[in-house]
Amino acid sequence: MIRFISLTALLLLWQLGASLSDPRRLPGPTAVFEKVYEEAVSGALFSNLTITLARVVAAFALAMSFGTAIGYVMGRNKLADRLLDPWLVTLLNLPALVVIVLAYVWAGLTEVAAVGAVALNKLPNAIVVVREGARALDPHLEDMAQVFRFSPAARLKHLILPQLAPYLAAATRSGLSLVWKIVLVVELLGRSNGVGFEINMAFQLFDMKLLLAYALPFVALMLGVETFLVQPLERHVSRWRRGVSRRLDRV
Amino acid sequence: MNDTSRAGDGASLDVSIASKDYHSAGGSPLRALEDLRLTLPAGQAGAVVGPSGCGKTTLLRLIAGLDKDYVGTIVLPEHGQLGMVFQEPRLLPWRSVIDNIRIAAPHAREDDIAALLDEFGLAEHASHFPRELSLGLARRVALARALAVKPDLLLLDEPLVSLDAALAKDLREMIARLIDERRITTLIVTHDLREAIALADRIFLLSPRPARVVATLDVPTPRRALERETAEKIEAQARAIYQGSSSPR
Repeated sequence: MIRFISLTALLLLWQLGASLSDPRRLPGPTAVFEKVYEEAVSGALFSNLTITLARVVAAFALAMSFGTAIGYVMGRNKLADRLLDPWLVTLLNLPALVVIVLAYVWAGLTEVAAVGAVALNKLPNAIVVVREGARALDPHLEDMAQVFRFSPAARLKHLILPQLAPYLAAATRSGLSLVWKIVLVVELLGRSNGVGFEINMAFQLFDMKLLLAYALPFVALMLGVETFLVQPLERHVSRWRRGVSRRLDRV
Repeated sequence: MNDTSRAGDGASLDVSIASKDYHSAGGSPLRALEDLRLTLPAGQAGAVVGPSGCGKTTLLRLIAGLDKDYVGTIVLPEHGQLGMVFQEPRLLPWRSVIDNIRIAAPHAREDDIAALLDEFGLAEHASHFPRELSLGLARRVALARALAVKPDLLLLDEPLVSLDAALAKDLREMIARLIDERRITTLIVTHDLREAIALADRIFLLSPRPARVVATLDVPTPRRALERETAEKIEAQARAIYQGSSSPR
């Protein structure tokens, strides 16, 4: 409810701003939503959103799987940590733009270069977070699993993943927002479709309506992913923590 | 340097440790165990008793195979399937009580698990998460889990510590009944001599660090058959050994 009021206030503020300024500089909500409708009917909005979302998903999946594997190894193995840490620090401090431009120069203006560049930008962040999680694994439970001879699969499923879950959730949250922002830059610089490309077009034509008509649905889409996918998943994996309050102290 | 094997000679537990050192960061190594020998016949319960900090838990970790850095040999009972109850129950907090047992004992039959839960009064807690349980209940779950794997050797690390007197008594009786009925070779580590006398067929008294077995006492009529005088006699015997052999610190 409070969220709804706050959102309405934002819309009103936008309307107010639009009525005070040149509609070409800041078009009002109605004009923008009309444009959204127009683009949706033509099919362009849907296809561009899908393409961008596919790039987000691909880059995110790549970064998370490699980041989780590398972060786990670095968190568990001191030698690997010391060997890879300088690389990690370098990658962490490399500006996203540099990675993107280098990827396009070396691999051409291709889909692989685009997705790879985004994944490479997210990778060090995933590694750092998962490494922290791997370092925090409980050695007592590890001993227990060894005594009871857990199979590797059971160890992964029941011992390691539940302990890494909060770290994976944190990496997912920060990762999704980072990835989709960088995907737009990649599209702007070297792709001929997607939301980033359309925004670049709008910028060239100084078409603010078009720009907002692509930006807003995409923000809404990512908010939807966060609210309906990431958050419920997080609640599901952390449901065992809620038990503390209703602890049964009597035997 | 060491050898943990599973031999079949009478299927007993045979421990013979020449030495176990801890290597602290930049200091002289600390000797935890030295020339420690103990033998436990199959189907019997042994209790390792010693002053706190003498290396009882270290010994248990060696027997459990969690620490292989020692000189000596440890022969486990045949098949060598271990069931262990740690001092802290060490249940998976993100899995329910029954899933904790299922995961540790993937080959156990569902009705066997149900029977175990019943036996330990845990049936109504099967779907609870470990954090919802008191320590007494959590220990019982850990015990049920250790039994679910049908162990050839059951290791109990201070199974009654930090429980109030009534709960400790309940759990002690439960463990005593279990040993009598199932005849699982069991090794209990405890700092409490009376607890050892109440549960064990054979008691191993450890010296202060570096620990070795200073005496092995047999309880002629263990557990339920134990009479008060026998218990008191053994207790006096043990105290005499401690006063005679080791210089108190």
